[in-house]
Amino acid sequence: MPEIRNYTLNFGPQHPSAHGVLRLVLEMDGEVIERSDPHIGLLHRGTEKLAETKPYNQNIPYMDRLDYVSMMQNEHAYVLAVEKLLGIEAPIRAQYIRTMFDEITRILNHMMWLGTHALDIGAMTVFLYCFREREDLMDCYEAVSGARMHAAYYRVGGVYRDLPDEMPRFSASDLQRDKSELDRLNKNRQGSLLDFIEDFTDRFPGCVDEYETLLTENRIWKQRTVGIGVVTAERAKALGFTGPMLRGSGVEWDLRKKQPYAAYDKVDFDIPVGVNGDCYDRYLVRIEEIRQSNHIIKQCIDWLRANPGSVMVENHKIAPPKRAAMKSDMEGLIHHFKLFSEGYCTPPGEVYAAVEASKGEFGVYIVSDGANKPYRLKLRAPGFAHLMAMDEMAKGHMLADVVALIGTMDVVFGEIDR
Amino acid sequence: MNATAKITPEQRVAKLVDTLNTAFKKKECTVDEAFGEVTLTVPCEDLLEVLFDLYGHASLGFDQLIDLCGVDYLTYGQVEWETSTASSTGFGRGVDRAIDADPKKSNRYAVVYHLLSIENNVRLRVKTYLDSEHPIVESAIVVWPVADWFEREAFDLYGILFAGHPDLRRILTDYGFVGHPFRKDFPLSGHVEMRYDPEKKRVIYEPVSIEPRTLVPKVIREDNRYMNEKSN
Repeated sequence: MPEIRNYTLNFGPQHPSAHGVLRLVLEMDGEVIERSDPHIGLLHRGTEKLAETKPYNQNIPYMDRLDYVSMMQNEHAYVLAVEKLLGIEAPIRAQYIRTMFDEITRILNHMMWLGTHALDIGAMTVFLYCFREREDLMDCYEAVSGARMHAAYYRVGGVYRDLPDEMPRFSASDLQRDKSELDRLNKNRQGSLLDFIEDFTDRFPGCVDEYETLLTENRIWKQRTVGIGVVTAERAKALGFTGPMLRGSGVEWDLRKKQPYAAYDKVDFDIPVGVNGDCYDRYLVRIEEIRQSNHIIKQCIDWLRANPGSVMVENHKIAPPKRAAMKSDMEGLIHHFKLFSEGYCTPPGEVYAAVEASKGEFGVYIVSDGANKPYRLKLRAPGFAHLMAMDEMAKGHMLADVVALIGTMDVVFGEIDR
Repeated sequence: MNATAKITPEQRVAKLVDTLNTAFKKKECTVDEAFGEVTLTVPCEDLLEVLFDLYGHASLGFDQLIDLCGVDYLTYGQVEWETSTASSTGFGRGVDRAIDADPKKSNRYAVVYHLLSIENNVRLRVKTYLDSEHPIVESAIVVWPVADWFEREAFDLYGILFAGHPDLRRILTDYGFVGHPFRKDFPLSGHVEMRYDPEKKRVIYEPVSIEPRTLVPKVIREDNRYMNEKSN
């Protein structure tokens, strides 16, 4: 008999299913995982330290680059923390816009998660379908902020500007598609942004049905996910799980319901909860979350149509004055100059604000010494706690299941490495 | 939803403060409430005991450790630009970047725990200040296993040691990194930079060539006192 030894396998960081730059050092007994040691930090940029050297407003774009598939939710946690410190609250219309865009972001994130998770397990088509829908939502980002991903749209005291009345359209190019195709592309872009989003929410449930046809009862999909990475509710709490990872294990906990922020206490939605705590349940939870998000977006559209108003606080110590006021009014000029050259100071103290991001609880802890920059900014990334459980979840599984586990955790290294 | 859902967050906070005040009276803990959040400051020696009590407390039951982080208070309250004398002498042009605090000052470091009770829907911040020369504290890993990586991160970034941690390695910085980058006396631009050397045909480390600079000076003003009256 030849001697059988454990051997060590290096997985990543340059591996397509490592979802970025995860390096896993796996101790294997044959094809079974004995121990896994994730090495992270390959994308560490020191965001928290950089933030200590920037005025509060200039840190917002850094937040986009944390969890770079749920950009606006990160901004949301940050602006909530600063608003708490300043003791101000965004106008109600801004709260609804934030709620709507948080949910658009959740769909964006879950589309990305579903596509890549399925791709890793071998279902190519879902990936293409998901990215088709993502494209429309990216256009919504672009319509409000000018950027498809790193929006910097949420500001302390509201949002950067109101929703546009006109949805940008495709224009003819030199590599001309024929006129009918251009018309087809622009068909749902004839009205305002809200019209475009409404059109999306009308056809989106059908798209989710499509994904479900491909996966939910799919034999291979079930073989790869049912009973993989089972976490009990007790363990999930001890391991610091939040979001769909915690709900997949059957704990009914959602900050949008339990500690509501923005307009979540004014909209109707349900929290899906899993039973077995395996990859398949977490898949079902996230699919249902997408449907609930769609439902929330619809409600926000109706409210936003009926209630025009201001989207930024009128306090020019925090929010810049109107351009016209800046040009004609001395005080406006001073406010503008001070805001953009120095920023605003917060009262000293410490606050923690958290939002239910797509991946779990995204928290921002700010220690302020009364200056125009945070003294210490700590970002609580949900993926950090989830990835920590890799060792426990992978033990005893096959190598191929590690890929399913990475997928189910929905890891994004922008937030884990910060 | 049970009966706890009907009470407002303010009432929940008030109840939490009461419970903490009675439960941790003997130990030298202080309970503060600010911005609607509760902070329990614990002496470093009692920390583990208090964390255990909070975890197993009958009416609190903090079953989740949401976050754990280090803080370096070395330059707390220091400004880079003097503004108070501006009215008599005009603004100074220079930005003062020098750190004039004593790196050995007492209570330089703090470890901050953010706890969450899922059952009671309350949050609590536990804070402990550490000695600056030997920042060491008991590991919370025995209470919440999730403390593992968070403690590794605090060790990596601040050099805070956690007694009883089974595997206190660096986590975020590069293999072979020297120093603790989030300490306030560690420059933002770091100490070394890395490039590929075509002659040696490998990646080499060199001292940094960029000068640290301040884009927007840090100032402390009291102008936030106007905020509330203006927005009302």
